[in-house]
Amino acid sequence: MTAGTLVSQARGDGLDFAAAGSWTAEHARTLEPLINAATRHKSPVRRVAIDVARVDHIDTYGAWLIERALRTWNSQGYETRIIGLPESYRGLFDKVSAGTHKMTPMPRQGNAIVTTLESVGRTMTLVGADVILLAQMLGALVIAFLRVLVRPHTFRFTSMVNQLERVGWNAVPIILLITLLIGAILAQQGIFHFRRFGADIYVVDMVGVLVLRELGVVIVCIMVAGRSGSSYTAELGSMKMREEIDALRTMGFDPVEVLILPRILALVIAVPILTFLGSMAALYGGGLVSWLYGGINPAVFISRLRDAISIESFEVGMIKAPFMAVIIGLVACVEGLQVQGSAESLGTKTTDSVVKSIFLVIVLDGAFAIFFASIGI
Amino acid sequence: MANGHADAVIKVRDLVVDFLSHRVLNGVSLDLLHGEILGFVGASGAGKSTLARTIIGLLPKRAGLIEVLGVDIDKADDGLKRAIDRRWGILFQQGALFSSLTVGKNIEFPIREYLRLSNRLTTEIAIAKLEMVGLSPDVYRDYPSELSGGMIKRVALARALALDPEILFLDEPTSGLDPISAGEFDQLILTLQETLGISVFMVTHDLDSLHRVCDRIAVLGEGKILEIGTMDKMLTSQHPWLKAYFHGARAHADWHVAVKG
Repeated sequence: MTAGTLVSQARGDGLDFAAAGSWTAEHARTLEPLINAATRHKSPVRRVAIDVARVDHIDTYGAWLIERALRTWNSQGYETRIIGLPESYRGLFDKVSAGTHKMTPMPRQGNAIVTTLESVGRTMTLVGADVILLAQMLGALVIAFLRVLVRPHTFRFTSMVNQLERVGWNAVPIILLITLLIGAILAQQGIFHFRRFGADIYVVDMVGVLVLRELGVVIVCIMVAGRSGSSYTAELGSMKMREEIDALRTMGFDPVEVLILPRILALVIAVPILTFLGSMAALYGGGLVSWLYGGINPAVFISRLRDAISIESFEVGMIKAPFMAVIIGLVACVEGLQVQGSAESLGTKTTDSVVKSIFLVIVLDGAFAIFFASIGI
Repeated sequence: MANGHADAVIKVRDLVVDFLSHRVLNGVSLDLLHGEILGFVGASGAGKSTLARTIIGLLPKRAGLIEVLGVDIDKADDGLKRAIDRRWGILFQQGALFSSLTVGKNIEFPIREYLRLSNRLTTEIAIAKLEMVGLSPDVYRDYPSELSGGMIKRVALARALALDPEILFLDEPTSGLDPISAGEFDQLILTLQETLGISVFMVTHDLDSLHRVCDRIAVLGEGKILEIGTMDKMLTSQHPWLKAYFHGARAHADWHVAVKG
């Protein structure tokens, strides 16, 4: 197929453009400049025509380009017409020329400072709305929990055990591996720097206190937020998308009681267990590196550890775990229920869920640190 | 077209398709003629969508021949396959609009990919397509999630038509639409088919659509084409499934009157 052409010729008191060749999508790239040149044509005549009799093939692209030329000329005050349009293309031309091709203009944007302030303001209200949603979810959860306490047979025990396997049992290997490595790295760094003062042995104090009080629980919670929080959000989100949650509601079930309570309770049980296992693995890793890299005999390590840490350090770490679990579960479920129709929104909400729950875990850890400091533990 | 079209734009011969160990299509032969609207019916699970998806190339086939616009798909290299992709448009059942793009960008997507036109012309064509499917140009800036079911189908049709294809696949175009919208959509397909001269392959369950829109109807059952022909031929067929389908509770009395008269 040869590309379309457009040749102008003056005829009496008017100007004729003779179109030929193929006016189709694949040639639109070369046809557009022809049309642009034709509409810029300056001549004294008042009448313009396009002759399409010798065109082989026209599709929407060609028809629109010709229509565009006609519209431009019309707006410049020319009289226009199409000559030689084959009957088979009349429908296409009618269809293309019937459109208005006008969009209502975009609303004007304000200046940069105002727009920035506006977006900051909007974000802040969103943060406020998030806090309210979290509080609402916590309230709904407590009510569902109390209802279940009154009528224990309504509790979804199977569902909770299933979740417990997914977020607890299945998470054990990866949690053990990560915390073992963290403990080992901590000990290695400690030994490397303490050795200069001849204070290698204090690495046991450092690893013990850090792991039991802070790192054990925080690392485990970050892992759980990334692993289980995100899957809660994605699960609930896709159930929301497919109207499963609405279906539950219409059957008279409370989604919080059926879906969310078992999930969050599973987390509340699993996270302390994982924290305990993780802390032990971290101490083990620390001990291993102290022995192999620092030359601290395991027996020495254990007796030093016994002096360095108290049961309080352990308690401080463990008491935080269930609170962290509730925060992770709440954020994951709130975000999951906020998913709208699109696949993109599911992705955004899952990301939001992980980011927000890790952030809140660290904030909560800070709050606990202040609390324990002020009561003197 | 300059390369001269044979009468059939799509030619399927003895097509066999397996789904795991289950044989879905067992020797399907079918022609889509130039400029016709071929309706495609069959019981749920009979393999209507499977056939459409196999022709499009989304599913692998076990045996048989598929020829699209005179090209044997098995022997075509990547360049040729891409050239064919450019010459058909597909309307998926749920629309399959890209949810992260606006309506306008959805329609422009294939145009930008294949034609590399100026931004101005790309936008103008997208708006022209929107108007051709009966939507206002203002829809251009909306996201698919803001549209109703009928509008999504229309936008999806506009996207399928973006490159002015020669073949249009419609997978249940009227499912999920109310009777008024479905009727309008049928009319739209008819007008577009007339003005653009497209050949249409339409999988449907909608008896009204079959009656109003289709030139020929093919019936799929037991992995084969049971019957192919005009609506009149379907109505007079003695095959038990066809009798149940076309003379069942959902059939309209006036069609039969028309046949007898």
